[in-house]
Amino acid sequence: MPSRIMPHRGITVFSYAAVGGKEEHIGPLGAKLDFHDESGLFGAKTWELAEGEMEGLALEFALSKADLKGSDISLVFAGDLQNQCTATTHGLLPFGIPTLGIYGACSTCTEGLLLAALALGSPAVLRCAALTGSHFCAAERQFRLPLEYGGQRSPTAQWTATAAGAFLLCRYEDAPSPVRVTLSASMVGKPIDSGVSDASNMGAAMAPAAADSILTFLSESDTAPEDYDAIVTGDLGKEGTRLLYRLLEENGLCIRKQHTDCGLLLYDEAIQDIHAGASGCGCSAAALAAHFLPAFAEGKLQKILFLSTGALMSPSILEQGQSIVGIAPVICLEGGKQNSFCGAD
Amino acid sequence: MKKSTLILHIEAKTGKTKEERRENGKKSALERSALLKKSLRFDKAAYNRTLGEGAPRSPLLRNCLAAFLVGGGICLFAEALFRLFLSLALPDKMAGQTVSVILIFLTALLTALGIFDSIGRFAGAGTLVPVTGFANAVVSPAIDTKSEGLVLGVGAKIFTVAGPVLLFGVFSGAVYGLLYYLFLLIF
Amino acid sequence: MDLLFGLLKAFLFGGALCVLAQLLIDLTRLTPPRILVLYVVLGVALGALGLYRPFRALAGCGVSVTLLGFGGNVAEGVREAVEAQGLLGALTGGLTAAAGSSAAALCFGYLAALLSRGKPKRL
Repeated sequence: MPSRIMPHRGITVFSYAAVGGKEEHIGPLGAKLDFHDESGLFGAKTWELAEGEMEGLALEFALSKADLKGSDISLVFAGDLQNQCTATTHGLLPFGIPTLGIYGACSTCTEGLLLAALALGSPAVLRCAALTGSHFCAAERQFRLPLEYGGQRSPTAQWTATAAGAFLLCRYEDAPSPVRVTLSASMVGKPIDSGVSDASNMGAAMAPAAADSILTFLSESDTAPEDYDAIVTGDLGKEGTRLLYRLLEENGLCIRKQHTDCGLLLYDEAIQDIHAGASGCGCSAAALAAHFLPAFAEGKLQKILFLSTGALMSPSILEQGQSIVGIAPVICLEGGKQNSFCGAD
Repeated sequence: MKKSTLILHIEAKTGKTKEERRENGKKSALERSALLKKSLRFDKAAYNRTLGEGAPRSPLLRNCLAAFLVGGGICLFAEALFRLFLSLALPDKMAGQTVSVILIFLTALLTALGIFDSIGRFAGAGTLVPVTGFANAVVSPAIDTKSEGLVLGVGAKIFTVAGPVLLFGVFSGAVYGLLYYLFLLIF
Repeated sequence: MDLLFGLLKAFLFGGALCVLAQLLIDLTRLTPPRILVLYVVLGVALGALGLYRPFRALAGCGVSVTLLGFGGNVAEGVREAVEAQGLLGALTGGLTAAAGSSAAALCFGYLAALLSRGKPKRL
């Protein structure tokens, strides 16, 4: 059996965009969002549709930055936090792009990028999009309590980001602008049973999956944390980050110097009551599109590991006393046309 | 089909018992890990046992103080209203019920204005334990499910949070009634 | 003086019942809905054992407007109904006693739903 790492030859992310809600705009990445809506409704009637509107907007911005339209995209891998990916399909309706709905809870961002890179291995696919978003209000309604319910949140609880990110990928030769970033390799995550059944401690539920993916990717690629400018996790939050360090250090690996978590980038702790941090598919997608990819374009980053972390759960499964299974797919992004997995082109 | 017959059926079809299938799964997972240069040592039981060590805790003293002041304050307000109604010559029972209705009305109003969730976030059990908590538990899903329509949304889901309170209150009351009835019969 | 003392007792007992629930939330894995159920059932039990009435006489609204009082009222209502109607009272007494609060919550809840729409929560 070959190694679990899948190298990708000559694949670039050539355009991207991020959209967010009011709290995301107040946060540190606020100024870098392409669009935000104070009301959180994005012109839609319900929170569920707002999630889709937001995803559609993110895709619209990513397309217009590259001067493209929906018909220029061969297919899109897209998903959100709602049952049957209804937000995504509604949001994508106006574009008419062939769509594959994906669901990896909060890991959807990396999952979509990974699948897009694989799809570009086929000559039939010219440009591929990865799209994801999450909406706080829709997620609360689906997974937790009514919005107006007055209760306290646990200190380990995370806040589902109202945000969406869109990414357009193609092969080098089809890139409309100079190649700034390469998606050089990826690894599919393994579902790991965390044993955690507390819905307000998602960080703890996802940390084992993140630890497994990081350790496996580093050892399989014979690289060390020092070989990366950053090792970025999706939404472990404070608590998940603490547990990730503990799990990895028990296995003789320290990533404290390189590690960043998107869940800790989205909000400003000094003015926002963030508890353990942000979560949701939109969290890592917005952080990647508004923070990390622009840093590659500016030449500030050369190589990062990016893994969105998903906590696969539903209210029913938790009420039935089952634990939350975590999953963490990984991609490696490198500056320009560098590719340490296939050699530079 | 009975569960035991079903299991025999599956065993006959697959030629393996459930234990064997589970063993095989474990074996293949081990074989897969053996192909890796290194794999994560993760002890689920130990992880969950030590999860709380170093975890952030709720600010207990602050929470209790807020609960005490707000909860006590609501009860004090209720008592003052109650005594006012008594002084207006309302009978004891009616005065009590009127006080509850007023608290519920105020909660519904604050919930509808989107203020109650902030108060509840500050007060914790302070707004939960008085009848305000029950009222908020009824009103909040009602507002929340308006988008699904008035009958199947609001009507059907108004009890999603407060339903258990009514059910167990009424059921335990009925059990007590039955016991009390038997008690009266015998003695 | 009696007034002040009555208000103080309502404040102290009401506050103490809330602190107890807060401790259950923060120190155990009980969720708020479970705590509400616990309080109501506990109230019924207190009423059944004849402890609710003296407790209310002591604490006034400090207990009667809490969920414990809700349960206590249900038990009181059931007792009266059983005495008046026999076995049927076991079924009619509870909801009758809880009728005011339940109907108020339902009606105001419905009106609230008609007149307002959900707002996004603030961080």
